[in-house]
Amino acid sequence: MANQIPLVDYLALGDQPHLTALECTSCGARYFDRRNACAGCSGTEFASVVVQNDGIVKAFSIVTFAAPGVPVPFVSAIIDCGGTSVRGNIINCEPSPEVITLGMPVRLATYVLGTDDNGVEAIGFGFEPAN
Amino acid sequence: MSDDIWILGITMTKFGKHPDKDTIDLAAEAAMGALRDGGVTMKDMGLLAAGCLMQSNAGIGQQLQKQIGQTGIPVYNVANACATGATALRTAIMAVKSGEIDMGLAVGVEKLAGAGLLGGGGQPKSDKKEWSPSGRYGAVASTDGRIGAAAMPAVFAQVGMEYGHKYGGTSFELFARIAEKNHAHSTLNPLAAYTKRMTLEEIMNDVMIAYPNTRSMCSANCDGAAAAVVVSGAKLKTLSLEQQRRAIKVKASVLTSDPYEEGCQVLPNVNTLTKNAARIAYEQAGVGPQDLDLVELHDCFATAELVHYDNLGLCEEGGAADFFMSGATWRDGTTPVNVSGGLESKGHPIAATGIANIWEVCHHLRGEAGPRQIEGAKVGLAHVIGLGSACGVHILEKSGL
Repeated sequence: MANQIPLVDYLALGDQPHLTALECTSCGARYFDRRNACAGCSGTEFASVVVQNDGIVKAFSIVTFAAPGVPVPFVSAIIDCGGTSVRGNIINCEPSPEVITLGMPVRLATYVLGTDDNGVEAIGFGFEPAN
Repeated sequence: MSDDIWILGITMTKFGKHPDKDTIDLAAEAAMGALRDGGVTMKDMGLLAAGCLMQSNAGIGQQLQKQIGQTGIPVYNVANACATGATALRTAIMAVKSGEIDMGLAVGVEKLAGAGLLGGGGQPKSDKKEWSPSGRYGAVASTDGRIGAAAMPAVFAQVGMEYGHKYGGTSFELFARIAEKNHAHSTLNPLAAYTKRMTLEEIMNDVMIAYPNTRSMCSANCDGAAAAVVVSGAKLKTLSLEQQRRAIKVKASVLTSDPYEEGCQVLPNVNTLTKNAARIAYEQAGVGPQDLDLVELHDCFATAELVHYDNLGLCEEGGAADFFMSGATWRDGTTPVNVSGGLESKGHPIAATGIANIWEVCHHLRGEAGPRQIEGAKVGLAHVIGLGSACGVHILEKSGL
């Protein structure tokens, strides 16, 4: 297997790929980016937690017009993963409103988005229909 | 010092394409128009607050002074996303309210015709050579289009869809009907960028940008400027009866940002800060949503207008779809919304928008709106959202004279 690198820090690869979040130890707010402090309570201590792979679509948009260099169509979505909101594309299905619906169950899926000159694969993630 | 704040003069330029005018030409047209409308001059101004989001480091206020009057007054160049104009106005209002000055000028201007999609793209990172994590997410490639959308049409599409998920009742057709209303309203507004009535079918069959928003459900990038002169109640009493009669009382002036809530850094939450701003504004003004004769709200996309019916308390919580379908927000309804045509047809020259919506309300309260006049309008509300986020809400009332 080639060397791999995740598209973003908060995608953990391996046998069971999953997302991780930084959880504020004071108020429980979860973040995906490097933090200076908590936006909810200004706390400065965070613990890395696993975000569940299953969720439901709570908002989506089928994007057919995007900035130069961004391939279309793609489906932008907000997924409720057990109470943690996650942004990601809906993948592995037709990008149509007949297929993608609000409340639809989805689960995390990964894919290879490219290989660099060193042979390292970058791994992206999205959410695919669970049914 | 007086607690009363009034808008003495206000104007907006025609929104649309102005290839023969530069940014300062437009700002000057609006500023000089507002001064003329108020019967005052630059020499009367104690402050200039100016915004131009796309040139937010250009010192737009000082550039404007050099064309219309360098009187040595303090200039505040402000930038607050799509709430830039409201922020400029509020800066002048705060200065008057503090008692430091008795008159101030606020200007918002933008040259945006042909600008295309706003908010997308991200860092120009090519997918080649060596993956190298960077930024706060340690991304090895651009995330726009890979981890959801960064561009505005999709962001606000999701805002509307999230409302539908939470409360139900939304559909592509419902959102399109909101655009149908605003395009119908625009036919009466000679200053709107687009004044063509569109059928529901035309809107739904228009070019899809980000489902469920088609092109005609998106705000139009265009050129334009708007400006307002703010005056204290005490100073107003020294002016002519005609100036006092046309002056519009600022019953509430509020600016909020988005408080932390779960998910607000994943999809911007444009709801809570609007609800907060509206609540504070109604308290300040001593009026409720039922007292509003017209509302200009931030319909940057058709999907956004729907959620703000709820956020501004125009309907019951969760009842925005039913409220709209009742016809309430058409110009002959119980709460006319965006009788100017809204951002979807009037256009959205970003920094001008937060003053132009106040001009629209003032125009009706003065009884000067011509064929699109809302008869007997006494109280109106103007709302803007700048993503990131900032929300401005102003409640305005006609003079009792």
